[in-house]
Amino acid sequence: MTLLRNLAVTLALALGLLIVSLALTPFNNLRLASIAYYFVALAGLTMLTGLNGQISLGHGALMAVGAYTVAILVGRDGWALVPALVAATVVTALVGSLLGVVAARLRGPYLAGATLAFAVGLPGLADRYPHAFGGENGLIIPPPTPPSGLGSAFPLERWEAWIACVAALIAFLALSNLQHSRVGRVMRAVRDDEVAAQLSGLDVARIQIVAFVVSAACAGLAGGTLAVVTQLAAPGAFTLALSLSLLTGIVLGGLGSLTGALWGAIVLVMLPVWSDDIANHFSLSNDVQSNLPLALYGIVLMGVIVAAPEGIQGALRRLGRRLGLRPSMSHKEEGA
Amino acid sequence: MSRFIDLTLNGISNGMIYAAVALSLVLIWRGTRIINFAQGGMLMITTFIASSVIGSTGSYWVGFVVALLSGLVLGAAVERILVRGLEGRPPLNAVIATLGLLIFLQAVAGMIWGGTPRSFPPAFSIRGYEVSGRHVLFGPFDTFTVLAVLGMAGALALLFRGTGLGLQMRAAAFDPLSARLQGVRVTRMYTVGWALAALSGSLAGLLVAPAVFVGPNTFDSILVFAFTAAVLGGLDSPVGAVIGGLVLGLSLSYVSGYAGSSLVTLAALAILVAVLMVRPEGLFAVTRTRRI
Repeated sequence: MTLLRNLAVTLALALGLLIVSLALTPFNNLRLASIAYYFVALAGLTMLTGLNGQISLGHGALMAVGAYTVAILVGRDGWALVPALVAATVVTALVGSLLGVVAARLRGPYLAGATLAFAVGLPGLADRYPHAFGGENGLIIPPPTPPSGLGSAFPLERWEAWIACVAALIAFLALSNLQHSRVGRVMRAVRDDEVAAQLSGLDVARIQIVAFVVSAACAGLAGGTLAVVTQLAAPGAFTLALSLSLLTGIVLGGLGSLTGALWGAIVLVMLPVWSDDIANHFSLSNDVQSNLPLALYGIVLMGVIVAAPEGIQGALRRLGRRLGLRPSMSHKEEGA
Repeated sequence: MSRFIDLTLNGISNGMIYAAVALSLVLIWRGTRIINFAQGGMLMITTFIASSVIGSTGSYWVGFVVALLSGLVLGAAVERILVRGLEGRPPLNAVIATLGLLIFLQAVAGMIWGGTPRSFPPAFSIRGYEVSGRHVLFGPFDTFTVLAVLGMAGALALLFRGTGLGLQMRAAAFDPLSARLQGVRVTRMYTVGWALAALSGSLAGLLVAPAVFVGPNTFDSILVFAFTAAVLGGLDSPVGAVIGGLVLGLSLSYVSGYAGSSLVTLAALAILVAVLMVRPEGLFAVTRTRRI
């Protein structure tokens, strides 16, 4: 039943996205594509952190693994897009399993420290092996060509948005099923009480590794899609700031829920745009003007965490309950 | 051989800077169970203040003292304004809040002082001592760095071990409820802890600024390495922070010297993973069995 319902929701979302992408300007289609690949990454991370209770400051680096895989396979070896994205997902999942083995032994701040070092260390490989990874300039990917059946005037940006949205829908379908499956329940059990989970006969370390693999696979798909959309895989795109903003996105959106991941993706893409608009509204000196968006971003982060610690999704849910729109939910972190 | 000695000396003085920042992270972790990702931003602000004060008064030491004092004030203010509101919330929220603070501080610094990094004077000559006709990679300023950090670590140890205030702070960190019942003003102890931690951080900023310059983002890597050092040593152990800083400083100096600077961050990752695989809570963790 859950599978059928999730399929129906996915199809409805697909239809909605199709209509939206037809209505949007090319520039806004690119934003839609960004929201879509950020959603893939955030959905994966929120499974790991929200559902399984493991923190990761290294998902930006995992996205880099996916991006470089696609760049090498498509740009150098001439693979088609779909197999390259699948390969990016698999390769990143493998890297994630290694990370997961390390992570399963670590808790809280120690895990944060190890994944932070991963986020900072991995992009160093691009500098170390410039022949394979193109150094600071990175690798260029030829732009994806829309199928000729769509007509010659079909904008590239809309095609890119479609690619990213398909990736997002696949991730949504897979993860919303996983959430309600045995694996999802077991992941929650480990998060809530490791000792109790162990006593119930669960292999805690193995489940934590599985969670890491799942979320790394999403990061790989997201990174690969990002590389396709931006037509570039370069170390500058996968800094520590990216890893940190992913973590920020899932907490701002609402931890542990896929809808929350969507809110987070929208915030990550649109907040800089909005704060730029606000900054442009005032005539300010150059230094102030260029830093105002960043300052607003920081204030929003601190403000939301203090005022609405459950994120946007949590705040909406509370609002919904207060207005009596929905019966109060018994599993408040389970909403899809 | 002389290269090895140079790299060792250089590693010691770098390690001491990591140790100072690691110490500030450990102090905050022990007191309030928060990893302060904004520490790099806080020490950036105090170093900028020092830079402005030195520029307008012409005296290095006035700037030095003002930076340390503003560190105290900034640490206390952050605890009062931001951290207090996070009490009892999930640990991840504190992570996000300090990240938000970091971004905010970097933006504010960019607004006030601009984005171009500026040079910062050292307290003493950075020219290496001359040993048998050769300048080694260690000069008066490095001596000052090592002594200043060791001195501060010693002073903090004295404070915690030998004074009533230190005892109250340890009690507040160890068991807030019982401490409160015994009349310890727990929240005030948290404020003092954050202030002292920020003091330690601002000292590190003054010591590292001549090498990395002062700009909104120039201290980012210091925070990453300091966090690595603190995790290496065990987040609950101030001694571990200092030794973790030294170990990391030396290792990275050797890697950078013998294998190339592009490998430094990867080496930090390798060292951290290797240590954590053997001791998941750092080198100096009080072993608490967590049977899973």
